[in-house]
Amino acid sequence: MSLSFAKSGAIDQGVVITALKSAFTKLDPRQLTGNPVILATEVVAALATVSAVVAISAGQSASFPVQIAVWLWLTVLFANFAEAIAEGRGKAAADSLRATRVTTKAKLIIDASRNAMIPTPAHELVPGDVVLVEAGDVVPADGEIIEGVASVNEAAITGESAPVIRESGGDRSAVTGGTTVVSDWIKVRVTSQPGSSFLDRMIAMVEGADRRKTPNELALAVLLAGLTLVFLIAVVTLTGLGAFSGITLDPMVLGALFVTLIPTTIGGLLSAVGIAGMDRLLKVNVLATSGRAVEAAGDVDTLLLDKTGTITFGNRMAVEVVPAPGVRPDAAMRAALIASLADETPEGRSIVELARNQGITAEVPVGATSIPFSATTRQSGLDADGKSWRKGAVDAVLRSLDLSEGQVPAEMRQAVDRIARSGGTPLAVSENGALVGIIHLKDVVKPGVKDRFADLRRMGVRTVMITGDNPVTAAAIASEAGVDDFLAEATPEDKLRIIRTEQAKGRLVAMCGDGANDAPALAQADVGVAMQTGAQAAREAGNMVDLDSDPTKVLEIVEVGKQLLITRGALTTFSIANDVAKYFAILPALFVGSLPALGAMNIMGLSSPQSAILSAVIFNALVIVALIPLALRGVRYRAIGAAKLLSRNLTIYGIGGLIAPFVGIKLIDVIVAALKLA
Amino acid sequence: MDWRGWAEIVFTIALTVAVGWPLGIFMARVWAGERTWLDPVLKPVEALAYAAFGVDRSKGQNWLGYAAAALAFSAVGFVLLYLQLRFQNLLPLNPQGFDGLSPHLAFNTAVSFVSNTNWQSYAGEATMSNLSQMAGLTVHNFVSAGTGLAIAAAMARAFAADRGENLGNFWVDLTRTTLYVLLPLSIVTALVLVAAGVPQTLLANVEASTVEGAKQVISLFPTASQEAIKQWGTNGGGIFNVNSAHPFENPTPFTNLIEVVSLNALAFGTVIAFGRVAGARKEAKALIAVMVILVGVAAAAIYSAETLTPQPAMISAGISDAPSNMEGKEVRFGPAASSIWAAQTTGASNGSVNAMHGSFMPLGGGVAMFMIQLGEILPGGVGSGLYGMVVMALLAVFVAGLMVGRTPEYLGKKVEAREIKFAMLAVLILPLTILGFSSIAAVLPVALEGLLNKGPHGLSEILYAYSSAAGNNGSAFAGLTANAPWWDTTLGIAMLLGRFAYLVPVMAIAGAIAAKPKLQPTAGTLPSDSPLFVGLLIGIVLILGGLQFFPALALGPIVEHFQVLAAAR
Repeated sequence: MSLSFAKSGAIDQGVVITALKSAFTKLDPRQLTGNPVILATEVVAALATVSAVVAISAGQSASFPVQIAVWLWLTVLFANFAEAIAEGRGKAAADSLRATRVTTKAKLIIDASRNAMIPTPAHELVPGDVVLVEAGDVVPADGEIIEGVASVNEAAITGESAPVIRESGGDRSAVTGGTTVVSDWIKVRVTSQPGSSFLDRMIAMVEGADRRKTPNELALAVLLAGLTLVFLIAVVTLTGLGAFSGITLDPMVLGALFVTLIPTTIGGLLSAVGIAGMDRLLKVNVLATSGRAVEAAGDVDTLLLDKTGTITFGNRMAVEVVPAPGVRPDAAMRAALIASLADETPEGRSIVELARNQGITAEVPVGATSIPFSATTRQSGLDADGKSWRKGAVDAVLRSLDLSEGQVPAEMRQAVDRIARSGGTPLAVSENGALVGIIHLKDVVKPGVKDRFADLRRMGVRTVMITGDNPVTAAAIASEAGVDDFLAEATPEDKLRIIRTEQAKGRLVAMCGDGANDAPALAQADVGVAMQTGAQAAREAGNMVDLDSDPTKVLEIVEVGKQLLITRGALTTFSIANDVAKYFAILPALFVGSLPALGAMNIMGLSSPQSAILSAVIFNALVIVALIPLALRGVRYRAIGAAKLLSRNLTIYGIGGLIAPFVGIKLIDVIVAALKLA
Repeated sequence: MDWRGWAEIVFTIALTVAVGWPLGIFMARVWAGERTWLDPVLKPVEALAYAAFGVDRSKGQNWLGYAAAALAFSAVGFVLLYLQLRFQNLLPLNPQGFDGLSPHLAFNTAVSFVSNTNWQSYAGEATMSNLSQMAGLTVHNFVSAGTGLAIAAAMARAFAADRGENLGNFWVDLTRTTLYVLLPLSIVTALVLVAAGVPQTLLANVEASTVEGAKQVISLFPTASQEAIKQWGTNGGGIFNVNSAHPFENPTPFTNLIEVVSLNALAFGTVIAFGRVAGARKEAKALIAVMVILVGVAAAAIYSAETLTPQPAMISAGISDAPSNMEGKEVRFGPAASSIWAAQTTGASNGSVNAMHGSFMPLGGGVAMFMIQLGEILPGGVGSGLYGMVVMALLAVFVAGLMVGRTPEYLGKKVEAREIKFAMLAVLILPLTILGFSSIAAVLPVALEGLLNKGPHGLSEILYAYSSAAGNNGSAFAGLTANAPWWDTTLGIAMLLGRFAYLVPVMAIAGAIAAKPKLQPTAGTLPSDSPLFVGLLIGIVLILGGLQFFPALALGPIVEHFQVLAAAR
């Protein structure tokens, strides 16, 4: 079981069928109280139905009122469908998660001294209980390992099938309910309340069960409700103004005008946009604990990034070997290679790699003994046939060679200085008791990181690198990676402090972390991304969890947040801009009977007043369906700076929103007229 | 229509902005409590005022305190003015021996002047005593303008604040703007107008014998002083019924230029002052650009309508080369000066007129009406135009600003649910008042009694009256006899709502804005000083206003326009 379902973009048939059904159940007005625009549409649809029924029972021609009523209902249904289909994708994910809930009994330890256990259902476990989990058992609840070490398969949560090691003490002591112990055993102290485990929260999140309106959604809902009121006033007062002009207005037509004017497009798609945002996060394997956090991600001003793992690969790598005077470069390289052959550390392997890239190879000499690294010698290497190769900390190697500072060749001293200044680590290499060269180990910046930081800068996001390195090393990496600022020799307390300072300036801060000592900073940050492999405290403190435990993910999270806000703004702008054309369709149709001069306003040349009204209503309903894919997918985000982004989106959704309905309504009118529907 | 007309329009707007600019710089100093060159004369007066009313000028107010002070001040002013007008027959300085006003007229007039509307249901020369004019109406011409400017100052401080709640002191702002800005401007302008031939006297009437030997009674009044503050304070209530079309109020093209410039200059200046105090000078220029463009377009539209629309009466009379529509226009001003005045006075909630808007061609009158309906923000009344425009800017930034992928910000302040809620409350007031009252009046027999015309023009008269009242403009679309209980009362209520029901949410916005942290702009912030933003704000102002009033306008000026075109064919 994995989250791979979330990675497939396609909407499968089952989801569509469920969504169609729930579009109808959502017609219940109680479910629409949070959406005044669609609720108003439903009220008008109901009134139109009544007047259609009245027309039929009075034996009048009812084709027009029936069609209007049908399309008004379809408008509501389309809006419901949009929401349902967004929810449906989450529900499918939730169902498969639910299947991993523990049904087997947990081994509850009731007397630690005698290892006495009683089988207990997982849902009866309370925080503080200690359970034994052995190979093959499913971890019954979230908890902290207090004893033992085991490899755990966390595929149920992360979709990653390779087991990870979990052990008591330190930052790897958290286990998640629903994961499986593959080997060995552990004793786990339960930390989660029944029903509020990580898995439960995850299910609730993807299902959207406790979906609350985010601050921005709330503001937008106020705006939409306000606009709905404005149009209610504009339409209702038309009765009096019309009466003065000798026009009796059909209430049904006024209702149709009202529905086409109120922002049904964004009103119908608003919650779908929000759910789809969470869904897009899920697709990159990030779980947000609230929609508010996703929104905040779009607003982030400052990104705190741990150097290791985010900006650099986390391991220093050899990039060059500087030969000692009189030593051929390939000989120096070769000595470094042999000294590293038995070294399985990433640094050692990187030296082997570097040599291979330069076409230099060597086999382990027969009968060689490897000299492992130790804290006292601070060097490692090989001894064979009376020959020896060593590499290690410069001062340690020099000491073992009995070389004083003054005896070291000037070129070598300069090389050491240069490497240290550039933020690298110099290692000395010796062969048979002679210094042959200096290895340059370097923190390697991940490819592409610099471009992404540049993108972020264009969008006004500052990046701050946090590292435990000394300021010289930190500055070198910072300039190579292109971050805006860095904090060297940082402690976890420094993170908290820097977040507070940034927030005091009114900035929103995002960070990611995994250690228990990151927890305060994760809680303080506006967007705190905890790694799934991290400590339980960190996962509790953050408002997002990255299931892949990839710190670079925070960049994608920011983009998803921005995309969410952009999509909302684009649909709102489009919705409002649409109204201009609707006036030109419906107003002449309303008034032309009594005031023929207003026929001049029918600039679209719509075939008849009834057709004009019907076409506007149909367009209004269909545009919701047409925009569902956009709402789910989101408007594409481009890091081109706010001004360019605005002018681009304003052109597409503002100007486009002005023009599109003129074309659309005209087309529908042609069809309506051809089919003799009105 | 000719190039001289266009040049006159461009020149007038340019001169207005040019005059307003330094005034704004000066007013920013007044708001900030800094020293000005008027201090030697006015500082003692200011100190005396604070001492007399027990104002502690060091004490700031939060939004609630500030709003309460403004409302209380207006309420007391209303009661005193109402009593004064009701019983002017018992008070001195009434050389013509006018009666006290009827209850509904006194209500309407008191509201009208307290709310900076200056809607006049009465004819000044036949109703108001000198005392009522000078100690009643003129006083409110100053302080109602001062109130609007004070609130603009509070709004500016809100944007400058960083997590604060102190918006300044209403009493200090009112005193200082009135004393240092409005009073000196009015004195200078009045003197120039007197020099240009506008009367200023406490004498009652002059009797003259006409050439034909008939006797004519000519009213004079202290006109010049009233004229000056009528324009500078965007009041608009003239001494004479026909306002600045009257040869005593506005005798020459020169006085016309002074008056039309002083009609808008201070409102433009308020934007400049706002920009300085709020630390947003570039953004203030963008707001000026929006105002100038829209007022310019309106003037051009009116000018075109007045000079290009075919006139059926002329055509049927066989006059093929008919001149521009001159009905209701003064020959000494002509169509261009009348058009730019109409655009500026309706864009500004001033309401003074130098031509009769009801006699404009349908589209010309329609544009004037639409300018009022856009919310009196182009550039609007002194103070009120600025804060109205800020409300629109917040909405524009909110709607389109999301499209840059951040919670929208304006001038370093995040725009969130609370601001949007109060902005929408403010926006709702105009359609509710204008369309609501118009719709009722349109079918109510007692209301229709006061209406001269039937058909679209009659509907325009109703719509214009309520637009003018709710927008606190005060100009009228002739044809409506408004001095009757229904009209006096409902127009009075419309004026109250338009001014004070708007003011409270605006102050609430100021409070919310002040409490937010002031953010520094980044590359991700929506720029609010670019041409793009100007275009965006214009779009929002036009679309939001247009969507509200387009159906109503279609039944009034728009259909009348097409009818005229059809009749001319």
